[in-house]
Amino acid sequence: MEAVLLIDFGSTYTKVTAVDVTEARLLGTAAAYTTVETDVGEGLSAALAKLEQITGKVTYQKRLACSSAAGGLRMVAIGLVPELTAKAARLATLGAGAKLIGNYSYQLNEDDIEEIDALKPDIVLLTGGIDGGNSEAILHNARMLSGCRCDFPVVVAGNRSCARQVAKLLEPKTSYVVENVMPQLNRLNILPAQRQIRELFLEQIIRAKGLSREAALVDGILMPTPAAVLTAVELLAKGCPGHPGIGELICVDLGGATTDVYSIASGAPRRDTTVYKGLPEPYAKRTVEGDIGMRYSVQGIPEAAGYQRLAEVAGLSEEKARELVEYLAAHTDSLPDTPELEQMDFALASLAIETAVARHCGTMEQVFTLAGTALAQTGKDLTGVERLVLTGGALIHAKKVEEIAAHALYSARQPESLRPMQAEVLVDQSYILAAMGLLAGHYPISALNVMKKELISHGFAQSKN
Amino acid sequence: MEKKKIVIGVIGADVHAVGNKILYHAFTEAGFDVINLGVMVSQEEYINAAIESNADAIVVSSLYGHGELDCRGLREKCDESGLRGILLYVGGNIVVGKQPFEEVEKRFKAMGFDRVFGPGTPPETTIAALKEDLGITD
Repeated sequence: MEAVLLIDFGSTYTKVTAVDVTEARLLGTAAAYTTVETDVGEGLSAALAKLEQITGKVTYQKRLACSSAAGGLRMVAIGLVPELTAKAARLATLGAGAKLIGNYSYQLNEDDIEEIDALKPDIVLLTGGIDGGNSEAILHNARMLSGCRCDFPVVVAGNRSCARQVAKLLEPKTSYVVENVMPQLNRLNILPAQRQIRELFLEQIIRAKGLSREAALVDGILMPTPAAVLTAVELLAKGCPGHPGIGELICVDLGGATTDVYSIASGAPRRDTTVYKGLPEPYAKRTVEGDIGMRYSVQGIPEAAGYQRLAEVAGLSEEKARELVEYLAAHTDSLPDTPELEQMDFALASLAIETAVARHCGTMEQVFTLAGTALAQTGKDLTGVERLVLTGGALIHAKKVEEIAAHALYSARQPESLRPMQAEVLVDQSYILAAMGLLAGHYPISALNVMKKELISHGFAQSKN
Repeated sequence: MEKKKIVIGVIGADVHAVGNKILYHAFTEAGFDVINLGVMVSQEEYINAAIESNADAIVVSSLYGHGELDCRGLREKCDESGLRGILLYVGGNIVVGKQPFEEVEKRFKAMGFDRVFGPGTPPETTIAALKEDLGITD
């Protein structure tokens, strides 16, 4: 047996997962509550003690960790046009597993600089202009950023014609010049920027966040937790040489404060008569809905879906629904321990998934032309995706999970939204996705096989029209 | 000398793709750096592309007769977006039915287009105009 320990330092929980990589077998998982951010080391010891009760004494060959502690990797992304480089910068940042705390376009002004100073980002991603294109904006923004009082490294991924000048203007800030996130119009190139962000995370951010002590206990804190989840689902979809994956998929991580949606799918137009508009989106795409969550952001769900709809799905009166949402927002640690709260959580989870997946997927617009009807697609067409992976406490423990999942699918209410028509629902019952993303770096075959075993199928959900 | 950059595309709900491809090849061949937005292009898309690429000209095509409605306000939006003075061309079957070209040209020039080309204009004519207006000497 060769055992590997995988650790996820979260902001409220430290989760540990033990895997026997030779047999591709999950040995056990455990979690411990961490009361204060500085106490993650204590949380780890407590979680390891719990784990040992399940697995017995185990010698680990490797200990790998990811972290979303101390607020996660907090980033500001800057571009020129909102729909073009500012969007490319946003996609790069989210795909790197960061928490996007600010997204700016055009020329930064003094208020923006004050705001960025107040946000105290861990890293700033500065882009703007295609190669050989606009340089005015990125030069201006570099000059403005150099005046920020708060210290942060800047990843420069804009117009290559003026990259060196940008770096010079950014002084005394440390900057790292990489390839443009959009070298040609509507061509996305986010991997070089993401690699640089990842490196900075490893070298500097861990230390800056006071996690060095924890990092010393393990063989490295490799990535932010969302990046680990993205790595895991990408491996699950694509597989590795000789070991096929399960194919294109969507994964939803429903949390208390945010809802993350990942898609591993091309999303290209399915008919050759469809015209694609705007920036093509990445094969592995992550979006985060900061206003959609089961507790801290519970009010965002009825704000997006409407109280009438929430009440209808919950089978409660609108008045009752309002009362319960207010209660949950005020009591973020409450569990669905009454029939009413259970109905409410069902409706909240359903509409959270519906809203978050609809925002993640692309849209199709019917355009009437003299040559007949034409279809214009923006974003990813995920109607043909047939796997839906669900994770996050609220979904793992939910009853009627396939009914909740059905809300992620195509609906006649929003026919323009390109969500899957039908999908097999796979639930991350043991909460291992982030751990498997960490394992994927060294033991991809084991990680893939553990996921195939541990993700529990809840059958096929059909779109209810 | 650095290549001059031009943004091209077919405006509005117009799906005529063939002429657009011909123009792309002709302009590229003539030494321009061409950013082709394809068909069904909105005014905002031309403007966004011109901003990111720092383009020297926007060349709008329209084949289906609704060009006049589609093009209205493009110059003002360019001004508003900081693309003041950018060269704007339009060409194709840009109006409904058969109308005297001089009148059509006058109307589009009043809308802020620098050059207006009627149906059947060979690419060479537009290329020559671009070279003249952008000060390119062969």
